[in-house]
Amino acid sequence: MADLTTEFLGIKSPNPFWLASAPPTDKEYNVRRAFEAGWGGVVWKTLGAEGPPVVNVNGPRYGAIWGADRRLLGLNNIELITDRPLQTNLEEITRVKKDYPDRAVIVSIMVPCEEQAWKDILPQVEATGADGIELNFGCPHGMAERGMGSAVGQVPEYIQMVTEWCKKYYSKPVIVKLTPNITDIRHPARAAHAGNADAVSLINTINSITSVNLDSMAPEPTIGGKGTHGGYCGPAVKPIALNMVAEIARDPQTRGLPISAIGGVTTWRDAAEFMALGAGNVQVCTAAMTYGFNVVKEMISGLSNWMDEKGYTSTQDFIGMAVPNVTDWQYLDLNYVTKARISQEDCIKCGRCYAACEDTSHQAIAMSEDRVFTVKDDECVACNLCVNVCPVEGCITMEEVPAGQIDERTGEVVSDEYANWTTHPNNPSATAAE
Amino acid sequence: MATSHQASGIQAARLDAAGIAENFSDLHPPYDAHEAAVAADRCYFCYDAPCMTACPTSIDIPQFIREIQAGHPESAARTILEQNILGGMCARVCPTETLCEEVCVRETAEGKPVEIGRLQRYATDTLMAKGEHPFTRAAATGKKVAVVGAGPAGLSAAHRLAMLGHDVVVYDARSKPGGLNEFGIAAYKTTNGFAQREVDWLLQIGGITMDYGQKLGEDLSLDALKEAYDAVFLSIGLAGVNALRAPGEDMDGVRDAVDFIAELRQADDLTTLPVGRNVVVIGGGMTAVDAAVQSKLLGAENVTIAYRRSREEMGASRFEQDLAASKGVKLMFNVMPVAVHGSGAAAEIELEYTQVADGKVSGTGETLRLAADQVFKAIGQTLEGQPEALALEGRKIKVDASGRTSVAGVWAGGDCASGGEDLTVTAVAEGRDAAMDIHSSLMG
Repeated sequence: MADLTTEFLGIKSPNPFWLASAPPTDKEYNVRRAFEAGWGGVVWKTLGAEGPPVVNVNGPRYGAIWGADRRLLGLNNIELITDRPLQTNLEEITRVKKDYPDRAVIVSIMVPCEEQAWKDILPQVEATGADGIELNFGCPHGMAERGMGSAVGQVPEYIQMVTEWCKKYYSKPVIVKLTPNITDIRHPARAAHAGNADAVSLINTINSITSVNLDSMAPEPTIGGKGTHGGYCGPAVKPIALNMVAEIARDPQTRGLPISAIGGVTTWRDAAEFMALGAGNVQVCTAAMTYGFNVVKEMISGLSNWMDEKGYTSTQDFIGMAVPNVTDWQYLDLNYVTKARISQEDCIKCGRCYAACEDTSHQAIAMSEDRVFTVKDDECVACNLCVNVCPVEGCITMEEVPAGQIDERTGEVVSDEYANWTTHPNNPSATAAE
Repeated sequence: MATSHQASGIQAARLDAAGIAENFSDLHPPYDAHEAAVAADRCYFCYDAPCMTACPTSIDIPQFIREIQAGHPESAARTILEQNILGGMCARVCPTETLCEEVCVRETAEGKPVEIGRLQRYATDTLMAKGEHPFTRAAATGKKVAVVGAGPAGLSAAHRLAMLGHDVVVYDARSKPGGLNEFGIAAYKTTNGFAQREVDWLLQIGGITMDYGQKLGEDLSLDALKEAYDAVFLSIGLAGVNALRAPGEDMDGVRDAVDFIAELRQADDLTTLPVGRNVVVIGGGMTAVDAAVQSKLLGAENVTIAYRRSREEMGASRFEQDLAASKGVKLMFNVMPVAVHGSGAAAEIELEYTQVADGKVSGTGETLRLAADQVFKAIGQTLEGQPEALALEGRKIKVDASGRTSVAGVWAGGDCASGGEDLTVTAVAEGRDAAMDIHSSLMG
């Protein structure tokens, strides 16, 4: 079994699976159960400033979308930060950390955007013995309307300013949690970096309405006939999160800035993908909220099994390995030519590839009277749509046309030289056209 | 007190009411909404779908399954019923394993087809449970059409004709409509009086008058019908039954399987229906299986199907064979009856092993005897009582692709007519298509 021990910002945890700041980490009771189940760390649900806690709605606070068999694909929530007194949380954090010294305990914080508010709370958090803090600049509902959460996360200058305060009044690692509800994720990441953040974590939830009740004509979840946008998370958001993590990982201005990845991690594979794109660890919420804390056991066995297969002995061995292969479109090799190939042995003759190609792509699949589907090489642009709609995994594949052979669609010989858009003759601003 | 399995002779009440109720419950219980959504999600929405091609009524199966998946089974039902007005019954009785589900690409892929029949039932049941009839009649044409035979073909033709604005009178020799749906299909395939409920629902279209106890050749004549109506559609089924042609056939305890099934279907209380201790069914089609399985379900101790050819040649599908076997029916292949023995009542049947050479069956000379206090003959039904004026093809009324007979103004469809398999769904298709042709011919 590979050793999953992960060191992130100098904080050691037995595995890279942390529970994200969310309902699963709101109380000592839950966190103890999580640690017993095997979670490597938790980010305690966001604490607010001293005083009367926030109140939540008393109607439904979650909405979801599902697959046909009720597999939960996306979850949305309108819950706020912890609605329990600050002192209660601080006492519980202290006790839990003392009892689980080998697990990471990070405290998420969201207080008003005033230096005094941070100066007040940070020493109290430091006194708990927790390993670090995470600044909640992401929450898109409720708190944002009060000038906190994503209202801060959407203004890079604020991010930098608050991060600087935290570094000033707190001695341990400071993680800045980023909102995806922004045009270019690199800007808030750069601001956090400029404020000396030790790491960024992302993504927080995405503004969303999961569904509309067509009888009451109200968005769901509905509270007294009205609804509001909530924060979207779960498996459906993973591709968005992967991209944002990669953008930060490959940005020259933030390169090397540690990342704790969040967004739809459900199995070991999701975690491995985020880590390959540069994340030092991952945070999980929806999977735990859907299936309970025991989901971490599969994540642990799966990641460890895969690492054994690949010969990785530490998570450090593969973190960031895929980052150099993330590039901009303009640098993709235009001389790389593939054609779809349909395995007649595997084909079950559903004709989805034909319908998709004929109706919506390049009319590059032929259908015979007896339902044999074949690719027309002189029409196939290798778009991959047929591969994606084929219900049989591995039945349609993309085969590279080797250099020296003719691409029947263009009539040109495939070159073995790398050539991208920046040098293409059709590009009016080509820099090195032949 | 129930009579036991072992009681000799033909006895009622071999099982108590609870045992009977359990045995004759729905073969394929209906889906609930969630099961239907999950089953529907398995459909790949194939292009030019093989299932649709395999359906004799050409129901747009991918379309109706998609409508179920998207949460509107009523539209799905309409998609089905537009092509097949008896879609509810066909969902229950179609041998889907040899039709749509056999060619489902998921059968190819993983040996588990999309359960098209059960999905179809979910859609049609949902609509029918609302008591709604989704079709309305076109403006009256003033034309009158006679339909003889209220089975699947006749009902299908009548509905389509009524929908197109014609006035229809449906005659049937029996006292109830439905034909084989009502009298000739295993009870566990169509429970809770579904056949009659479906007819009642179908008649909501209006414009159809039912006239029972009217038998062609006795109470009705083709000439009189031709005289009184603008067109005549014959769907008289196959009223005759092939004989065993073996000594002892006339003994007590030997009867036609179709009569037994009809009696069973009409029985109010199956504990009162007698069945033998040792039942032997001669034949290899669906009727043989229906008779054999239901005998077993009534509590017969030993039930054997004796078929003169091999398993591969059996008319009943492998699914039906397996169903029979799972209920404890013994299947014997390559045996044919040579005599029924007994003194007055059947006690044993003598079978001879057979060989098949060039498609012809002959005895090998080796025989065996089985205890048999009840013998059901299920060796095929024949056309009977058809008007003499009509040309035949083989042993059926000759029709063209539109159902036209050799006599102008007379159409025929269903089991009595040439072409197509003798299935409910085929009968529905033939009735519908003949109705369309009658319509064009009348309105032309």
